[in-house]
Amino acid sequence: MSDKRVGVYVCHCGHNIAGTVDVEHVAEWAWGLPNVAVSRDCQFMCASLGQDMIEEDIREHGLTHIVVASCSPHMHEKTFRGACERAGLNPYLFEMANIREHASWVHPHDKDGATDKAKALVSAAVHRVLQQQPLEPLQVDIRPETLVVGGGIAGIQAALEIADAGFPVYLVEREPSIGGHMAQFDKTFPTLDCAACILTPKMFDAGAHPNITLLTYSEVEQVDGYVGNFTVRVRRKARHVDESLCTGCGTCWEKCPKKVIDTVFEAGMGYRTAIYRPFPQAVPKYPVIDTENCTYYQTGKCKICEKFCPTEAIRFDMEDEYVDLEVGNIVLATGYDIFDARRIPQYGYGRLANVFTSLEFERLTNAAGPTEGKVVLRDGVTEPRSVAIIHCVGSRDKNTNEYCSAICCMSSLKFDHLVMEKTGAQVYNFYIDMRPIHKGYEEFYHRILDEGTQFIRGRVAEITDAAHSPEEEGKLIVIAEDTLIGRQRRVPVDMVILAAGLEPRADAQGVAHMFGVGCGDSGFFTERHPKLDPVATMTEGVYIAGACQGPKDIPDSVAQGAAAAARILGVIFRKQVALEPIRASIDESRCSGCRICNTMCPYNAISFIEELSVSRVNPALCKGCGTCVAACPSQIITGAHFTFEQIMAEIDGILVDVHTAPPEHTAVEAV
Amino acid sequence: MSQNGTFKPVLVGFLCNWCSYRAADLAGTSRMGYPATLRDIRIMCTGRLDPTFVLRALQQGADGVLVMGCHPGQCHYQEGNYKAIRRFALLKRVLRQMGLEDARVQLHWASAAQGVLFAQTVAQMTEQIKALGPLDWPRHWPDEDPFARIALAMQEDAHE
Repeated sequence: MSDKRVGVYVCHCGHNIAGTVDVEHVAEWAWGLPNVAVSRDCQFMCASLGQDMIEEDIREHGLTHIVVASCSPHMHEKTFRGACERAGLNPYLFEMANIREHASWVHPHDKDGATDKAKALVSAAVHRVLQQQPLEPLQVDIRPETLVVGGGIAGIQAALEIADAGFPVYLVEREPSIGGHMAQFDKTFPTLDCAACILTPKMFDAGAHPNITLLTYSEVEQVDGYVGNFTVRVRRKARHVDESLCTGCGTCWEKCPKKVIDTVFEAGMGYRTAIYRPFPQAVPKYPVIDTENCTYYQTGKCKICEKFCPTEAIRFDMEDEYVDLEVGNIVLATGYDIFDARRIPQYGYGRLANVFTSLEFERLTNAAGPTEGKVVLRDGVTEPRSVAIIHCVGSRDKNTNEYCSAICCMSSLKFDHLVMEKTGAQVYNFYIDMRPIHKGYEEFYHRILDEGTQFIRGRVAEITDAAHSPEEEGKLIVIAEDTLIGRQRRVPVDMVILAAGLEPRADAQGVAHMFGVGCGDSGFFTERHPKLDPVATMTEGVYIAGACQGPKDIPDSVAQGAAAAARILGVIFRKQVALEPIRASIDESRCSGCRICNTMCPYNAISFIEELSVSRVNPALCKGCGTCVAACPSQIITGAHFTFEQIMAEIDGILVDVHTAPPEHTAVEAV
Repeated sequence: MSQNGTFKPVLVGFLCNWCSYRAADLAGTSRMGYPATLRDIRIMCTGRLDPTFVLRALQQGADGVLVMGCHPGQCHYQEGNYKAIRRFALLKRVLRQMGLEDARVQLHWASAAQGVLFAQTVAQMTEQIKALGPLDWPRHWPDEDPFARIALAMQEDAHE
């Protein structure tokens, strides 16, 4: 131990740490810790001055190990490892003590307690670092193929960016066509661009791109491997249509006698046939047979589509196929579900016929929708003369979702315009706050105000058909407190549109688990850093884009899709990435061959070598969790950088008496 | 452990790198105050938690040990936290037989987004340990290092 010389650096971080923790005292006290040769405090360790100090001390004082007490290792571990490396010290001989996030910031009213804790954490780091070993990062090759999961606008954008750069992409979509929610919309805010006009060229590009393999009507079932080398199993659901023969002529669905309510694309507003293509611009153009509703599959008779198909493309005996893909990186762009408005029973959705959800209204107003764009009541003919739009349904509400769904203010304003333009009806908006926050949005809000919309500030208490007066007879009455005038109001209208919020996909948890990403409280996928790393995840090689990360509108989804693509292209161009060498290894000379570790590993990285009666770790598959390390009854599995000795030393260090007096020490000249 | 008559418990935390350590980071970034009782150690996964780590912490003077990981079903390594649950159940059984109060050693979950929950958990456990008073295991085994004995036994095993 005696030849080890530890340098300790305690950061003030301006007032962030020094405002609570007695930084000078911690640095003085650290002189008493084992093998400490230098201990200093510094205003900003992450600044070049701080880093230079580490480098010079390593050279000047022959330091063999470095401890920096500052912020979270997730913040600056890389920075300080870099400083060590530049001075010729292996970066894994560095350890960080987190005295900002875990001490000064959380104990602002307990300066003594925070200082004691900082001392304990510094002591733990010093004890630990003395046990640390030099390690080399693992270099892994990156496959150039990318998997994009979800064919909405975010996924399409990501796929196109990567494909345009010349690399292959697999675009997997659960539905029969790509396009996502955007394909369902009529107009887009704030420009009132026709959604289909701007989306379908992109869909077509994605479908025709030589570097993009579309796997529609398909779902990812299994993901193995690690960054650069994922193996993904995709289930291609049987279309029952031979894509090599089908021309998309449409004869089959024109002749199909079975009509089904389309709950997906038409949001329950219209019908489709049992063999169907969700919408005319679908990419790919091939239909699918919905076997749950097809007369042939239910009764064994019909086959009308087969009879009329001019190219004999119908395949009733087609079965699901599994495709195994090898990819280097993955983008999750799985989108959102719309809030189920039945969960707020007092709004009457599902009970009062003329209460619509925003998605239903999108289909109603869409020229290609069930009413050919006519805004009418549920009877299909009557134009409303008054419409209420209820904002924040399933958003900003502690009973349902606490978060703001970000898009509803603007889509409601869009609805205001469309209702007035198409019907001339009086429109009332019931809102809490208006949040038109992006470029051109505030201007759009004012335009809609000028068009004569009414805004009533207040959360709606109830929507009822129980009339109190003759003018309320036959109407829906929206009851709310107008918080600007402080009065209860009853507004009779013909039609109510609920601006339903955005929710994580119902199966988001399962998808998150399959791809190794996390979900936050609200259920959306968690990004690596909320501000500085918004499209990466905790799993290297898996990125997120669009509304699966949180509610967002089309421009933001497109930006994230492109951002994820840019991150991936950077990795592909580098051809290799360095991974943390945190891996398990087995001392085969001491392995008893009990095989307990074999079943522990979630990645099947440990195999049993029959001839030698020992177990062996495949470092390419190992992800370094350490479960086997803790399980080995002989304690002969080593988890690099988290060894038994290192953690034990850290425990001993963290529990030293922090009330000892700082020792006398030889002064170190300032560098 | 106690100064001026008021007992300030010392808790050792074992936090997984992906969820609970980041929850603690988030509690910091969001300035959610909690008592300065927890001294935390980062491990990659609660699946890495060797039960002897907990025993060592108690033997070295901790008044309690808090283990925190990702929520069940959300483990970064798929199922490490399930392994932790099983080992924890066994460890608790041993500790109970040794007469240790249940609240001294606890296992909780927090996702990377649950800074509030993290702060609440530490505050709540601190109150529980305060009510129990100091543990002071080192005083009960002043001269003996049980780990030296374990190490010796393992060496003998290896030579067999």
